[in-house]
Amino acid sequence: MAEFQIDEKIDITDVKCPITFVKTKVALEEMDEGQILEVHLNGGEPAENVPRSVKEEGHEILDFIDNGDGTFELFIKKVGE
Amino acid sequence: MAFTNEQLERYSRHIILKEIGAKGQKKLLNGKVLIIGAGGLGSPVALYLAAAGVGTIGIADADVVDLSNLQRQVIHTTADLGRKKVESAAETMRAINPDVTVNPYYQFINSSNIMELIKDYDFIIDGTDNFAAKFLINDACVMAKKPLSHAGIVRFAGQLTTVIPGVSPCYRCIFKNPPPKDAIPTCKEAGVIGAMAGVIGTLQALEAIKFLTGAGELLSGSLLTFDGLEMAFHKIKLPPRGAGCAVCSDNPTITKLIDYDQPVCELKKKD
Repeated sequence: MAEFQIDEKIDITDVKCPITFVKTKVALEEMDEGQILEVHLNGGEPAENVPRSVKEEGHEILDFIDNGDGTFELFIKKVGE
Repeated sequence: MAFTNEQLERYSRHIILKEIGAKGQKKLLNGKVLIIGAGGLGSPVALYLAAAGVGTIGIADADVVDLSNLQRQVIHTTADLGRKKVESAAETMRAINPDVTVNPYYQFINSSNIMELIKDYDFIIDGTDNFAAKFLINDACVMAKKPLSHAGIVRFAGQLTTVIPGVSPCYRCIFKNPPPKDAIPTCKEAGVIGAMAGVIGTLQALEAIKFLTGAGELLSGSLLTFDGLEMAFHKIKLPPRGAGCAVCSDNPTITKLIDYDQPVCELKKKD
């Protein structure tokens, strides 16, 4: 488990791309700068696309952990307003 | 206001865009746009703004759907012949997107009703087909300080600009007065390619979306022309606002709305 304070947590294992990123983006837009979002997501397409899209929007990826069961935990620090 | 899962999916292609995002989509859902004219230009504007989730769309027109309209007025279908255009357009918009509240106004605009019509809207679309209406809409929007998208099409040619009253040049800054009667052929006399209405009307819809969301640069201060035969766009930089304009200068000579005579050939015989 990561050693930082999680401010919000979302589970996007029930949706497909691009709704995975849409839900992540909406969650980030409702947070304050510097807050941390934990995203529970599936391997494969979501694990490839969501971190890349989040980075393209300028946010910081703090950690990306393989849970070993086909799912991942992505920790994002919100950058910008 | 939180998005429902259905809305996240419906607007996902908007929300993904850096320039729009969830915030921009909320602005669209809270936005109010009035479309004057449910014809060639108004059709694509209404279709795209409804699909985009603009929360309140007013549409004003006093015509009924005629067979000769269907070549370009793509919001209406053959089954709508004889119906009020605003009803037909409202039904299509509601069918595209139940998030949209549509306010149909079955009336021609004139100097006594236009201020009341535009007052509750954030952005006005001129989708009319005659100079009398275009000058009236421009003057009313300048007086009420309502942002406006002007457009016009004939044959294979089209033009548009966006007017931010008090900031950018208005329609009357460019074209001082309506042309003499019969100097300019109307679409009815000259003809028009249906797809031209689609090109130019769609650009008006894009301006409304950019205005509501704040994305990008508006066409204010420039006139964009499109020649469909040459497939050429030209963006013409306009002189600054106001100097000598009868309506939008700091000392306007036009302070009351004018009902110009509309050429008789353009008026639909109602009886």
